[in-house]
Amino acid sequence: MPRAKVQRKSTAIDMTAMCDVSFLLLTFFILTATARQPDPLEVKIPTSTYKFKVPDVDIAILSIGKGKVFYEVIGKEVKMATLDKMGERYKIKFTPEQRERFGVVGAFGVPIANLPAFIDMSAEDRTKYAKTTLGIPVDSTNNQLSEWLLQSRNSVAELHQTQMRVTIKGDSEEEYPFVKKIVDILQKQKINKFSLITSTE
Amino acid sequence: MAELDTSGGGGKKGGKVRTKKASTKVDLTAMVDLAFLLITFFMLTTSLSKPIAMDIAKPDQEDNDVKLELRASETMTILLGKKNKIAWYMGEAGKSQPNIEGFADIRKSLIKNKEDLMKARRRQLIVIIKPTDGANYKNFVDIMDELNIAGIKTAPAIDDVYILDSEKEAMKAAGIL
Repeated sequence: MPRAKVQRKSTAIDMTAMCDVSFLLLTFFILTATARQPDPLEVKIPTSTYKFKVPDVDIAILSIGKGKVFYEVIGKEVKMATLDKMGERYKIKFTPEQRERFGVVGAFGVPIANLPAFIDMSAEDRTKYAKTTLGIPVDSTNNQLSEWLLQSRNSVAELHQTQMRVTIKGDSEEEYPFVKKIVDILQKQKINKFSLITSTE
Repeated sequence: MAELDTSGGGGKKGGKVRTKKASTKVDLTAMVDLAFLLITFFMLTTSLSKPIAMDIAKPDQEDNDVKLELRASETMTILLGKKNKIAWYMGEAGKSQPNIEGFADIRKSLIKNKEDLMKARRRQLIVIIKPTDGANYKNFVDIMDELNIAGIKTAPAIDDVYILDSEKEAMKAAGIL
């Protein structure tokens, strides 16, 4: 009886196709990922069990921490339009380059008088500056935060014909009175509905 | 697939120098590993890093004409104090001594009060939240979250303006104001 011969097969698999597919996916994910800009104001956001995700467009983010408030409105066009309006309001001229640069600046916390200098800074200097600045002035005599909110709301309404959503990104340890002060500024503009940014537990 | 014919020149006659046939097959396993690791990383960071929004509605400050009468027996007032403590009472202020609790126990109290009221009167519990100056932002977010977990459907009234004297006294007595 002839012995049954078991053919030896190589266990090496051709990985080329798999490699192709995985790199294709990788490229896709890298391109779709939105680069997260580092927050100039470090805030530890509280956790919650809510499920509603923050939308990506037409929102303003107020970062509150260490008794300071930083402001950011999402969207390059909206940012630039807001800057134009603020420049008009406070009689500050911004060059077209500054305007362009402001469109990509993230959250900021500078008084409007220092804004042109702030825009001209390099990214590293801005991070350093953010540590020393006192945030956007919110006193009742010089309430620039209120102006920023109003102008960006106008800009969003003009450009996208929708209402801007105001979100608050507060530090867990922040004292309630300061948060209340900011919320009062919102309510003065009849913004009675807003969102608090939290992270999942 | 990814192999090249490296046998060029092998068929010539009289060729003395014979190049060794080296396989051009590269082991791609490590590369695939790396690629999948990166894919996982990018997938997780893109979708999971999105923050969660908690919607808050506060009563209008100027429009004082709109007043909502509430039955005192159906309201639960929650006062947020310092040191992460809560004082809460049912019904009217000053009539009952507020209970002082931490955030760990408030959920039970909320659910108990809600169910008691449902059984006794078939009415929904109405919650009033009064953050005082001693509270911090996390306390406020936490209490809103607890309401959500306890399944209290009626919108909570957030009142940080009118904190009654009797409430202040009770909180001072407990050392949380």
